[in-house]
Amino acid sequence: MTADVEVRDLVKRYPKTQVNAVDQLTFAVEPGEIFGLLGPNGAGKSTTIGVLTTRVKATAGQAYVGGVDVDADPVSAKRLLAVVPQGSNLDRALTPRQNLTFHAAYHGYGPTERNTRAAVLLDEFGLAEQADVKVDWYSGGMAQRLMIARAMMHQPRVLFLDEPTSGLDPQSRLFLWERVRELQNQGVTIVLTTHDMDEAAEMTDRVGIVDHGKLLALDSPSALTRSLSGQSVLEVTIEKAPDDDPEQIIAALVRIEGVERAETVAAGEALAGAMPAGMAAVFQGTGGAGSAATPPTTAGNGGGPLTLRLYVDRSPSTLLSPVVAVLGGRGAELSNVHMGEPSLEDVFIDLTGRSLR
Amino acid sequence: MTTATVPTSTMWRAFRAILWRDIFVTGKEFWVFLAQVALQPLFMLFIFAKVLGAGGYVTEEYAHLLLPGIVALTAFLTSLQTVSFPLILEFSFTREIEDRLLAPLPTGMIAIEKLSVAIMRGLVAALIMFPIGALVLGSAPWNPDGMGLLVVALVLGCWVGGAIGLTLGTLVPPNRINILFAVILTPLMFTGATQYPWKSLDTLPWFQVVTLFNPLTYLSEAVRAAVVPEIPHITPWICLVALVVSGVVFTSIGVKGFMRRAIS
Repeated sequence: MTADVEVRDLVKRYPKTQVNAVDQLTFAVEPGEIFGLLGPNGAGKSTTIGVLTTRVKATAGQAYVGGVDVDADPVSAKRLLAVVPQGSNLDRALTPRQNLTFHAAYHGYGPTERNTRAAVLLDEFGLAEQADVKVDWYSGGMAQRLMIARAMMHQPRVLFLDEPTSGLDPQSRLFLWERVRELQNQGVTIVLTTHDMDEAAEMTDRVGIVDHGKLLALDSPSALTRSLSGQSVLEVTIEKAPDDDPEQIIAALVRIEGVERAETVAAGEALAGAMPAGMAAVFQGTGGAGSAATPPTTAGNGGGPLTLRLYVDRSPSTLLSPVVAVLGGRGAELSNVHMGEPSLEDVFIDLTGRSLR
Repeated sequence: MTTATVPTSTMWRAFRAILWRDIFVTGKEFWVFLAQVALQPLFMLFIFAKVLGAGGYVTEEYAHLLLPGIVALTAFLTSLQTVSFPLILEFSFTREIEDRLLAPLPTGMIAIEKLSVAIMRGLVAALIMFPIGALVLGSAPWNPDGMGLLVVALVLGCWVGGAIGLTLGTLVPPNRINILFAVILTPLMFTGATQYPWKSLDTLPWFQVVTLFNPLTYLSEAVRAAVVPEIPHITPWICLVALVVSGVVFTSIGVKGFMRRAIS
């Protein structure tokens, strides 16, 4: 099966700029796939979408939608694709319903068919009640829904969504993702850009991470997070035996297979507090009073709780029992456990860095 | 640009649908359109012909000379503004045009569609001006023999107006929209031989030369030649050739500007 969307060695340099906005980008999206294009602001995502949707002329390389070369035959490409842009570009001289019917008319649908399709889509997107008001009255979420309905009016083979959920409330967001899944089930290929890593991890079949116009990684979200397994973390808070030394405890823990290194953690840096983005606490309070344990207040040789962070090369849960065994053998009392697995966001930060754009 | 796999009929259907969208929107807001088109010339006619006439400053002959000029001005400016203002907004703040840019037709045809609407609206404006003029002035000059010339001149003049609108609409950045009025529209209005016949400028040769650079001059002169042929005017065929040349020049600049805004 040929790809529904493909770019090969795509280069875009805007006039009067020194760097390429898109720099030798190559990827392909299979039919029926939901493909996410992730990247910091200015990474070249929107330019790439612009080239694929005929609005940006490539400096070099090829771009295909539905097998059609968008540069050589933009008119054919426009019949196969639809775009839902980041901000509203609805026609404010028309009502919501007319936005749909005129869009279908541009794409050659006759009056009966476009009216029927508009009615069905307005109903499906929960806009039937407000189909004949002014577009200006629409909230951001409603405008977004209407733009997706509009995109579906001419039954495109490929749907491009640019930052589809930015600025939406949780209800609209869930609704949107339901619709996107439905479209996928109908066989529509979906290419989206997003900043929301959880969303990308949950919704997309594959993601391409782009920065400075180049592709840094391309795989399924789970494969990408697996690639960061060295960054899984197991954090334990203990009440050590009075005569034991933290250095010796660490030395003992590092001897466990799978633990790459270990360190003591200062109070404010524990996973339970503010910790690396996306690293979720999954387990808490084994030996303590049951409720959410208070964060450790000291880390050192004195009394009180001691928090140790172990960097592990496998799923932290599999190392829990050997760690507990070692600690128990030294008379330490376990009061809190946190496990952190890398998320797509960690992959993203790992690849694109922390600096602001 | 190849369009091998899309039949021409599909592109024409898209063109017609986009054209229909603009006509539909004009019809929907016809009163707004009417006010926009008729109010300024109405006041001009009233003050320059009626009020000054009542005071004895101008003659009735001047009123009959002014009306064709005002018809030319109205048609020209209506066409120009039909394209320029909406285009500046649609390409920047509202981005409304994007849905049409993604319709299955070559991008340049959307610019041509804008010109077609401009011509239609300009002609409607001209048509409205005659009865309005007659109403204000009490009578309107009428010359059935000049009908052919009148129609051809107005179509060409509206085309030039629209093409200048397309040029301005794609060249003027949105934050400079007020410049359109002050720096471009005002000189255009007053150097276009609308309020005076070009031949009457014999005593002001430098200004006579200045007006020759304004395409509106040729439209005003042609309309006057068609409606009040007894007043000395530039030979009509020269006017028509000048309008065609300006139309070609501004259409090519305007379409290029449109393409640059539509495809980055």
